[in-house]
Amino acid sequence: MLKIPKIIHDDIVAHAKSGFPLEVCGILGGTAGEISVIYRMTNTDRSNEHFMMDPKEQFAVIKELRGKGLEMLAIYHSHPETPARPSEEDIRLALTPNVSYVIASLAEPERPVVNSFRISGDKVQPEPIELV
Amino acid sequence: MNLTVNGKGAIVEGKDSLDVNALLVELKVEQPDYVTVELNGDILERENFAQTLVKDGDTVEFLYFMGGGSR
Repeated sequence: MLKIPKIIHDDIVAHAKSGFPLEVCGILGGTAGEISVIYRMTNTDRSNEHFMMDPKEQFAVIKELRGKGLEMLAIYHSHPETPARPSEEDIRLALTPNVSYVIASLAEPERPVVNSFRISGDKVQPEPIELV
Repeated sequence: MNLTVNGKGAIVEGKDSLDVNALLVELKVEQPDYVTVELNGDILERENFAQTLVKDGDTVEFLYFMGGGSR
């Protein structure tokens, strides 16, 4: 179970919409499975089908989280035109252990969908999201 | 040697220095080919991992590439 405040959930969707038609990405931080902060990150690929974060930004966010006593709990990205489920590339690049992988889909623009998954190796486990 | 790794103290027994590739092995980092390393605040180029020595007192950060695709 991943707990996400509604304001952060809505911000993920807003980020996805503002970046459309490109994929957007970001990091969610918090403690004990409950998100409390969102960091919009740069998609260095600037692509409709791929994303890659800037390592310099990643290090800065990780250190800031640590300084606040928080952890990186999730990595999110958008699927501008495909469903909210991990692609083969998402699974292959789900390298960071012990985090949730959140995907925001705009495949139906009037009904954005945000889903979360735990990914380990080639195993993908859907994870319920509770809006708080 | 004593290091700070991802914000925590780490002791590498019996070594005064190690190159970055050897350090990742020592730290049992899985899939090191997909790791970005920062040494004392500077992000290292992968091609320099083998020539870059980590020494006592250094601060090391590493994290995995974060990427993916929608298709």
